[in-house]
Amino acid sequence: MDMSMRKETPLPGLLPGVALGRPLALSLAVVALAALAPWLVSAYELNLLARFLAMALLAMGLVLVWGQGGVLSLGQGVFFGLGGYAIAMHMKLAALADGDLPDFMVWSGLDALPWWWVPFKSPLVAILGVVLVPGALAALFSWAVFRRRVGGVYFALITQALALAFATLLISQQPSTGGFNGLTDFQTLMGVELGTPAAAHGLYWLTLALVVGVFVALRALMASRYGLLLRAIRDGENRIRFLGYDPTPFKVVAFTIGAVLAGLAGALFTLHAGVVSPALVGVVPSIEMVIWVAVGGRNSLAGAVAGTLAVNLAKDGVSSAFPDLWLYALGLVFVLVVTLLPGGLAGLVADAGATPWGKRLKSFIVGGSK
Amino acid sequence: MTHWPLIAGQVFNGFSVASLYVLAALGLALSFGLMRVINMAHGEMLMLGGYLAYLTLQVVPGPLGILAAMPVAFLGAAAVGAVLETTLIKRLSARPLDTLLATWGVSLILQQAARNIFGAIGVDVRAPEWLNHAYTVPSGLLEGLTIPATRLFILAVAFAVMGALGLLLARTRIGLLVRAVNQDRGMAAAAGINVRAVDLSVFCLGTGIAGLAGVVLALLGPVTPNVGQSYVVPAFLVVVLGGLGSLKGTAIASLIVGLFSALVQILVDVSLAQVLLLLFVIGFIQFRPQGVVAVRSRALDA
Repeated sequence: MDMSMRKETPLPGLLPGVALGRPLALSLAVVALAALAPWLVSAYELNLLARFLAMALLAMGLVLVWGQGGVLSLGQGVFFGLGGYAIAMHMKLAALADGDLPDFMVWSGLDALPWWWVPFKSPLVAILGVVLVPGALAALFSWAVFRRRVGGVYFALITQALALAFATLLISQQPSTGGFNGLTDFQTLMGVELGTPAAAHGLYWLTLALVVGVFVALRALMASRYGLLLRAIRDGENRIRFLGYDPTPFKVVAFTIGAVLAGLAGALFTLHAGVVSPALVGVVPSIEMVIWVAVGGRNSLAGAVAGTLAVNLAKDGVSSAFPDLWLYALGLVFVLVVTLLPGGLAGLVADAGATPWGKRLKSFIVGGSK
Repeated sequence: MTHWPLIAGQVFNGFSVASLYVLAALGLALSFGLMRVINMAHGEMLMLGGYLAYLTLQVVPGPLGILAAMPVAFLGAAAVGAVLETTLIKRLSARPLDTLLATWGVSLILQQAARNIFGAIGVDVRAPEWLNHAYTVPSGLLEGLTIPATRLFILAVAFAVMGALGLLLARTRIGLLVRAVNQDRGMAAAAGINVRAVDLSVFCLGTGIAGLAGVVLALLGPVTPNVGQSYVVPAFLVVVLGGLGSLKGTAIASLIVGLFSALVQILVDVSLAQVLLLLFVIGFIQFRPQGVVAVRSRALDA
């Protein structure tokens, strides 16, 4: 567009302005390898990979919200949960004959379906709900806070209170939410038998396709004029205000996109894991989501995906072998990444790329230019 | 007419919950005003105070054990605060959001350490005889209203701490320095004030008060590894509602949060009360985004 936009230093891991040659080939190779995963790994490993890729959708949303927008959300679990519960409610209802109630409602002595469950009988409402419920809540909530120019640490603390309130509400309203156990035991989704290898492969490819699609879309968004202004607001909100922009809509849009991606992630995760429960949406899981992105690199989409996979693989490995050790390790990761490695893995790669050997490697990957 | 004792009881509960929030939030608010950082491990200072009270009572049983526990918990939590400030927070003070994440890591480690040392179930701190009774209103409008002595004790501690802190800030030289740094950090440094020393002492004072709050908390229920978490989130909301680094704002905001939670619990259960509190906070900042008491405007916080 105009020259001033081109002068911006490239973001680590994003590298705008680099000619798409070999990097594109490299990315395609990674995606192709991932697409072949159903034939390369066991069914259990494929399920893990599918869950982690679903979480990566949420992580890429956090890159936009936190890395680019400078808005730290400690409540992403809420939107993740809304997406997960929306699809889970539909699957619960779809498995029932007309007029029947889900098993846990019968056990709690409910004799009619709560009104807010009724629309989720329709698969269309459920799928729209996965996107619209988190999106609408996020837009309303962030607009109410940002429009009064309350941000930064205050916003982070309010989102944490939101996560706490949401998780407690889910647990306490046991008769209509399934309480602490959440919703589980799903059989079919829109006539497709879940639990067959074919369904598992299909869902995995769907997740992978969404990850690739969101990656490309967010990359374009971050390189656009909107992305530039979002970063400018992060670095100097008042300056942008003095230049005549209202920062509120920019931040609200970023937060809403992040919430929609979290909702999608929650729905896919629920399909892969076969369960959604308050343990996945509260204060602790919400802040863990931030650490995936911190480890990967808060400004790098590829880093966020890598960080999500790395942290969750480590969690799966360490916490099953030494459950006590995992919390120490996680705590230490929080402290060390933030103090020593604010750019995350992506920052580390960018630093390595600046060394003489790294430059050679980079010129090999990127192509002939110096 | 029978609901008057219930309402009066909830108002009293509101005051005693508010006094816990004020003890938990004072440290957060003071160091937030000064350094713009939030210590997410602040809840674990409450937990630490509780465990220190438990340990002190093992050494000093008897009726005065709880009084001995208070200085121990204050100094213990302040010492841990000093380590935290000098090793971690000092390095990150220019990046408030990163401080939040790093101190959350510390909080995870402290909680897990408590779980390994004391067990996940928690330990009991028994209130001494002189606190182990309740006053009941015998007749009149509030007949049947019961006020446990522990709750009166909590109120007394909160008032004593606020009084002492108020005097410290308003009347002493240390308080003068704190107020100066709070108002204008750069100017204070230029006038020769050792800004770093002020930061460190205020931070330690705050964690010490949280330790003290932990002792009081231990009288109400078992000390568990997560005990701090349940009090620290409302304390964060107190910081959002109160003014930056203002004693008065923190006190008023604690009272608002405590009374609001206690009174809506007459009508709804605890979990809905939490949701309503959050809605109330969001509603409140529509009218007063700068907090209850505004020392400085938040609007142009960079």
